[in-house]
Amino acid sequence: MNPNLNLWLIPILPLAGAAINGFFGKKSSRQAVTVVGLFFSGAAFAWALQAAFRFASLPQIPYQEFLAHWIRSGSFGVDFAFYLDPLSLVMLLVVTGVGFLIHIYSVGYMWEDPGYYRFFSYLNLFLFFMLTLVLANNYLLMFIGWEGVGLASYLLIGFWFTKDSAAAAGKKAFIVNRIGDFGFLIGLFLLIQHFHSLTFSTVFNAVRPYGAETAGAGFLTAIGILLMVGACGKSAQIPLYIWLPDAMEGPTPVSALIHAATMVTAGVYMVARSHVIFERAPIALTVVAIIGTLTAFFAATIGIAQTDIKKVLAYSTVSQLGYMFMACGVGAFSAGIFHLMTHAFFKGLLFLAAGSVIHAVGGEQDMRMMGGLRTKIPWTFWTMTAATLAISGIPGFSGFFSKDEILWRAYQASWAYWLVGVVTAFITSFYMFRLWFMTFFGKYRGKAESSHDIETHSAHDTHGQHGHGHGGIHESPKVMLVPLVILAILSVVGGYVGVPGSLGGSNRFDKFLAPVFHGSAPANAQNQPVGEKGATEQTTENSEPERGASAELLFTGISVALAFAGFGLAWLLYYKDPQLPGKIAASLSRTYDAVSHKYYVDEIYAAVFVKPLINGSSKILWQGVDRNVIDAAVNESAEGARHLSDEVRHMQSGNIRSYAGWVALGSAVVIAYMIWMGVR
Amino acid sequence: MSTDNFSSVILTLVTFLPLAGGLLLFLFPRRDRDVRIFSLVISLLTFILSLHLPVYFHRGADGFQYEINKQWITTPNIHYHMGIDGISLWLIVLTTFLTPLCVLISWKSIHERVKEFFILLLVLETALIGVFVSLDLFLFYFFWEATLIPMALLIGMFGHERKIYAAVKFFLYTMVASVFMLAAILWLYAKTGSFDFVYIRDHIGSITVSPAASFWLFLGFFIAFAVKVPLFPFHTWLPDAHVEAPTAGSVLLAGVLLKMGTYGMLRFNLALFPEQSRHNAPWIIALALIGIVYGALVAMVQPNMKKLIAYSSVSHLGFVVLGIFSFTQAGLNGAMFVMLAHGVSTGALFMLAGILHERRHTYEITEFGGLASPTPVYAASFLFIVLASVGLPLLNGFVGEFLVLTGAFQARPIYGIIAATGVIWSACYLLWMYQRVFFGKVTHTVNNSLPDLTGFEIASVWPCAAAALVMGVAPILWLSAIDPAVHGALVPFAQIVSKVVGQ
Repeated sequence: MNPNLNLWLIPILPLAGAAINGFFGKKSSRQAVTVVGLFFSGAAFAWALQAAFRFASLPQIPYQEFLAHWIRSGSFGVDFAFYLDPLSLVMLLVVTGVGFLIHIYSVGYMWEDPGYYRFFSYLNLFLFFMLTLVLANNYLLMFIGWEGVGLASYLLIGFWFTKDSAAAAGKKAFIVNRIGDFGFLIGLFLLIQHFHSLTFSTVFNAVRPYGAETAGAGFLTAIGILLMVGACGKSAQIPLYIWLPDAMEGPTPVSALIHAATMVTAGVYMVARSHVIFERAPIALTVVAIIGTLTAFFAATIGIAQTDIKKVLAYSTVSQLGYMFMACGVGAFSAGIFHLMTHAFFKGLLFLAAGSVIHAVGGEQDMRMMGGLRTKIPWTFWTMTAATLAISGIPGFSGFFSKDEILWRAYQASWAYWLVGVVTAFITSFYMFRLWFMTFFGKYRGKAESSHDIETHSAHDTHGQHGHGHGGIHESPKVMLVPLVILAILSVVGGYVGVPGSLGGSNRFDKFLAPVFHGSAPANAQNQPVGEKGATEQTTENSEPERGASAELLFTGISVALAFAGFGLAWLLYYKDPQLPGKIAASLSRTYDAVSHKYYVDEIYAAVFVKPLINGSSKILWQGVDRNVIDAAVNESAEGARHLSDEVRHMQSGNIRSYAGWVALGSAVVIAYMIWMGVR
Repeated sequence: MSTDNFSSVILTLVTFLPLAGGLLLFLFPRRDRDVRIFSLVISLLTFILSLHLPVYFHRGADGFQYEINKQWITTPNIHYHMGIDGISLWLIVLTTFLTPLCVLISWKSIHERVKEFFILLLVLETALIGVFVSLDLFLFYFFWEATLIPMALLIGMFGHERKIYAAVKFFLYTMVASVFMLAAILWLYAKTGSFDFVYIRDHIGSITVSPAASFWLFLGFFIAFAVKVPLFPFHTWLPDAHVEAPTAGSVLLAGVLLKMGTYGMLRFNLALFPEQSRHNAPWIIALALIGIVYGALVAMVQPNMKKLIAYSSVSHLGFVVLGIFSFTQAGLNGAMFVMLAHGVSTGALFMLAGILHERRHTYEITEFGGLASPTPVYAASFLFIVLASVGLPLLNGFVGEFLVLTGAFQARPIYGIIAATGVIWSACYLLWMYQRVFFGKVTHTVNNSLPDLTGFEIASVWPCAAAALVMGVAPILWLSAIDPAVHGALVPFAQIVSKVVGQ
């Protein structure tokens, strides 16, 4: 008999927390809100852990758990049912684990905020939807989570809703995500049309007999591309990435949890989950790889010129997500998920540490107003250093292993992916160390510390504040530092679960995910010549040929060299000679302007899509068609009829009550007649 | 009384209890408080009584239940024939569910001619239920027209500035359209010698009707229904009627009255003229698709909150028509579910808009801004309903829309694709409106002192929110009754269905 893991508890627990805090939090004490918020997120984590411990002994993997029927229409149905395999287990642990840490951190960060209870209610609600997304056993249940995390994101970005920019950013995030969801939905309709089901196991079993659509685009290609459109929205890829930088209007723990560690990776998870489809749709996979590669590079270049510490991290997130898509696009799904996990650690940490910095300097987010904080907030400094080393790909840290694996696999697909990827790695290292130097080194460039208190109060809207003695720049309280330290440890050691063979490891992470991804590729793809397009040659991931090992080491050497070069350049420009960046920017003013204005993409979208749509709807459709054509025609004919009936009109008073009287009288006559006929 | 007997009178009871209450109110002294309480009691009783219908409904069964069929008038041959299936069942419950909430939301806002108001409300309820239970075409037509009078009076007597214009426009627009249906009904009677829906449905195949005549018959019904829905381009009466109507009028107008049109299409056009339905589906679907996109885009640029909601109804009802004329199981199930979901959430949206109007006497969006600070409970309730309306999964709007889109996509992918853009538009117009009304700083100082929801308002809005949630989480409770009825309705289209499902 199959043991029952009661997986349904994992999403339901945070939902209960959200409901309790949502309804009763306003009148409860902060302590009570804290207990509820932490207990229910922690309980979800605990339950996920016990599921993980029992996972190895499960007789059947994937483990499936039925809860209830949801929708039934004819023979088509969708259930509330859960699905646990190595892939969802990794996601489950990342989401509950990092999620719980960020809940703890938020206690410190949000303590003074008047919306404290609201914050924890939303945060728990987010966990509910995210865990539904991860544990769903069918696409539609996944879509519940998918839209639901969008809602939580909307609520949390606009958490400080009295600020117009925050409200606008929340709405923008929701609508841009809806554009992606439009593609996702159409993909689902195609799945229904062809397989009459949205259940993962049913769909994938039905897809497996198909060969790869190498000859041209078929319906699997269409499904793949449409799902990718959905993923582009959620995971902020070109052309739908524009909402994520604006999403930084939300409180920093939100940026860490939703807009770095978990929600934005949902698109990667969805693509990896659908790998059976993508493996049979090489064109769709190529689209994924190209979009991912372009996004990784494009966003990284914007990251160079941002001065807001959170904006740098936001573009960095977009860029890192691009790497994950690049990995999926070349068929290296487990590498993509590996990077997803390490990224959750180090990017979650980067945001939390940035929050700690912002907290320390009284709400300032502009790095030009920081500097020299190294000695004043040592815990923040050291943890952030660990994360910076990890994301920059310095050997020995988690990001190094995951990024390196992606680049190697990308190279096997096409040197072009690798080249762009490795240049991006250089840029990444540069902008991260730029951030690091600007924040922690040199002299403090902010306002005099004595005016800090005033700053604090005026910055009330920008982030949660602490009441305790704001005498000057100060380290964050322990409740914020503990999550930083734990994540720092994970950022350092998290990569050792996936050390590749060429570096003397055995890539246990890849092996753990092997049951999900291996042996699912179409039969005819394995006979394809290697090296055509990335899509066709994702055969097996752990049986790399031995002769590849030395080549792999060479490429590792190149990317490590570039990571150090990035560090060196940042050191030169932002530590050794801080006047230099200004001069360079001045000499390249055109380019610099374009980059620092994010290539004017928002402005272009507004001019091309938003304005024409609103003006067209208002001037042409509403005032034109509706009023001047349709309604005018109706009134004309009514006018005509009135002239005809002028005679009749004389006996009418124009008083609505007398109309009513006439009508009532008429009805009475009719009824009387009918009754008379009836009794006759 | 045995259950069998009760089964045959339950529909009569549910239908006429409100009317009886209304007549009793005539005799009431003009003590407003008593009038309100009495109306509430009557409407609640009707609701409780109507719950008998779904509870004892045989869900697996096709065909009509709780039937009563008595000869009423011999010449012409008119029967008192009532009965419901899974299609009409929930529309009745929707009506009886919304009416007590309408009483509550009008509790404080109506303080002149209170008695007349509640009499009209109860009479309207009887007429609305009558439309859904009638299986005799004459009876149907009688109730159909009977809804016009109380509704036009509600708008004309209790509406806002341009109430007379709106009432007359509403009355004439739908009245003129109904004449076509009357002609078609009379024609059918002349040919078949019966007004009985079931009889005509079963025998219309055996009488010879020329294709041209059959087209005009189809069109006669269709025009009447299309105006009521309203289908683009017959929709221009709706924004005016809504803006001028009192809140309770808007709730019943959007919540139930519009569904008479889509119900009619489903019940009469599809069942009596399957060939014509199929034949004319392309242009009807085209109009529905235009309505979905057009209604949403025009809603987006409305400066008036109530007009915005009115145009959003045009968009939502476009989904219903699309689902019906996709002739697929999913499409029809979805169409039914959108009707119910739209009734609940748009009804609630109109209540919420009315609550604001009562405080500030305006629906202009620019008059508001930043309301989330002074009125948090109101803002949260509003957001919940907005989310239901934009089709957030686990709330009621999603299930219906998803099924309609699935069905439309099966019929022809392009239908599903165009309609699915509605997913984007609805988020645009509703969230933009929400942002302008509730977020940011308070822009007009008078709004700083707006009172939050009162007990009566909570009692009228929150049941809708609860219903939206339950319908979204457990749509199966509704679908299990709808599904067999829809299956029955699709039997004439079996050819098309088998083509779609069995590929």
